[in-house]
Amino acid sequence: MSKSITAKDLNVYYGDFLAVEGVNIEIAARSVTAFIGPSGCGKTTFLRSLNRMHEVLPGARVEGELLLDDDNIYAPGVDPVTVRTMVGMVFQRPNPFPTMSIRENVLAGYKLNGARLSRSRADEIVEEALRGANLWNEVKDRLDNPGSGLSGGQQQRLCIARTVAVKPDVILMDEPCSALDPISTLAIEDLIGELKQDYTIVIVTHNMQQAARVSEKTAFFNIAGTGKPGKMIEYDDTHVIFNNPSNEQTERYVSGKFG
Amino acid sequence: MSQTDQKQPTPTSVEGPAGPPAQRRPDPAAALRPRSLTQNSIPWWVGLVVLAAAAVLGAALSALISFSIALWLIFTAVSYVIISYVVTRTRVNRRKATDGFWKNLVYLAFIVALLPLVSVIWSVVSVGVPGLLEPGFLASDMRGIDGSIDQQSQEEGTAVLGGIRHAMIGSLLITLTATLISVPIGLMTSIYLVEYSRGGTLARAITFFVDVMTGIPSIVAGLFGAAAMGWFLSTANSLGLPLPSRSTMGITAAVALSVLMIPVVVRTTEEMLRVVPNELREASYALGVRKWRTILKVVIPTAISGIAAGVTLAIARVIGETAPILVTAGFVVYTNWNMFQGWMTALPVYIYRQFQNPTSPNFSDPSHQRAWAAALVLILIVMGLNLIARIIAALFAPKKTGR
Repeated sequence: MSKSITAKDLNVYYGDFLAVEGVNIEIAARSVTAFIGPSGCGKTTFLRSLNRMHEVLPGARVEGELLLDDDNIYAPGVDPVTVRTMVGMVFQRPNPFPTMSIRENVLAGYKLNGARLSRSRADEIVEEALRGANLWNEVKDRLDNPGSGLSGGQQQRLCIARTVAVKPDVILMDEPCSALDPISTLAIEDLIGELKQDYTIVIVTHNMQQAARVSEKTAFFNIAGTGKPGKMIEYDDTHVIFNNPSNEQTERYVSGKFG
Repeated sequence: MSQTDQKQPTPTSVEGPAGPPAQRRPDPAAALRPRSLTQNSIPWWVGLVVLAAAAVLGAALSALISFSIALWLIFTAVSYVIISYVVTRTRVNRRKATDGFWKNLVYLAFIVALLPLVSVIWSVVSVGVPGLLEPGFLASDMRGIDGSIDQQSQEEGTAVLGGIRHAMIGSLLITLTATLISVPIGLMTSIYLVEYSRGGTLARAITFFVDVMTGIPSIVAGLFGAAAMGWFLSTANSLGLPLPSRSTMGITAAVALSVLMIPVVVRTTEEMLRVVPNELREASYALGVRKWRTILKVVIPTAISGIAAGVTLAIARVIGETAPILVTAGFVVYTNWNMFQGWMTALPVYIYRQFQNPTSPNFSDPSHQRAWAAALVLILIVMGLNLIARIIAALFAPKKTGR
């Protein structure tokens, strides 16, 4: 059920402004890929174009091809909502639904779409998703409490549980640990290691150690200057990017000489 | 010991022999820093003393003109503000005095703003309670109450008959119908403004006209309701539809009131929808949920407490309207349950009529008693609605705790 991602000459626009230019990348199924780069270089914008969340913003659009296995998600006639059921997303700040309990949050993908689940089937989904997000033992006795009552790290794992509950093919993570303490970050990183058995994971991070710890491949994005489009500079195995990058900009960035 | 101390180079001696001794130099921080921690404070009882002095001074000043309680309170308040400023200025410092001065002014403004409200409630309660306690006041209408009955009760002290049953039923039916008309329209308008329009011309036009509608005088809304329903009925009748020919009925009043209600509902719900964090919408989209379902199941439930409170406040605003109901639903003395047939009375219209046209023109006391009691009931209803709005807001508010 895990799918590969291939971008071909992908340009991402905000209105007339070209935010990310000419990305070509092949992301293998069941792998963890990290996007690194300075702020404003288009990592998040590119990530959001992977599940057509980008076009939620007024005037935002994408040119080029983006293949999920062999299907172009930007082909005419493709329903963005269907794409998003296949490509889940975890956001920078934990955002459980405040009106829902923990259990309802996990089932949100089903409930919000109006799916009818039997009680036992729903219980199975909740337990499986929460176990998958390493949260089951912490919340199993209070599933009916509000999701917003959890700690920040637990809320983020709840959001991951919510995402894996609908069984996507790909999980996108937009700086999932930037609002969390080191212990919660460790929990999420361990979780990413487990999730890659079943899912293709793409993670944006500002933390280069995190990229080195969790990912197999790393893409470095950079921007030539304010108002210029962001570009993918280098994409290679993580240990190559961090130890022996071929591009000078990458070398300067990962060694801390700028950015 | 002292010899060794003298041999040690002190900072001043190192600085240079030409400079003045360090102790003489004024430390700029000393101007700010008090010498003791309790220096810049005055004992707690000083405030009471100042108040007592202000009360005495106020009494003296008002006696100079002509003593009255109101004048005394005003002079007391003014002299309290002045005296406490002077005392703080001389005993502590200017900063604290200015702070206290403005604080007193803010409290004073609050009290002045509260006075009309307290005064209204007090007068309505004190005058209205006897009428409200009259047996059958809430349970009977005005059918069969004529001038001779009122004359009898005023002259011979018999019980004041007649009540507001018909007016309460009319008010509730008309307001409920107006709510049923305006909430869907208002809510959908604000959903369009917040979720669908992307700041386009249409959205700006809607916002502009909603603002204009907020300022429509209520009598104009009433005339509009009457005219619109009259036109609608005459058109329908000319087409041969079996509709009543007279436009004076409850539904016309409800239409007129909804003209006043819709802008309030749009404005409040728009604000409430805007404060729903965009992250929640995106979280829902990322789960593959369609936009209309996201609005229906994420955005509105998150904002429901504010929406409910806003709707209740809009109801409270229109339930006190007199003019638009008078020109659209008229005035009757009996209970009418039918929104679509015959005239209807609302509480404000009832109050107006009892004052302006007492049932017995020469013996108006019973009518006035009924009017005040009805006014009290109206205030109680509005207060109850506000209370309900708060309860709803608290009940539906997203749960924050539960750790």
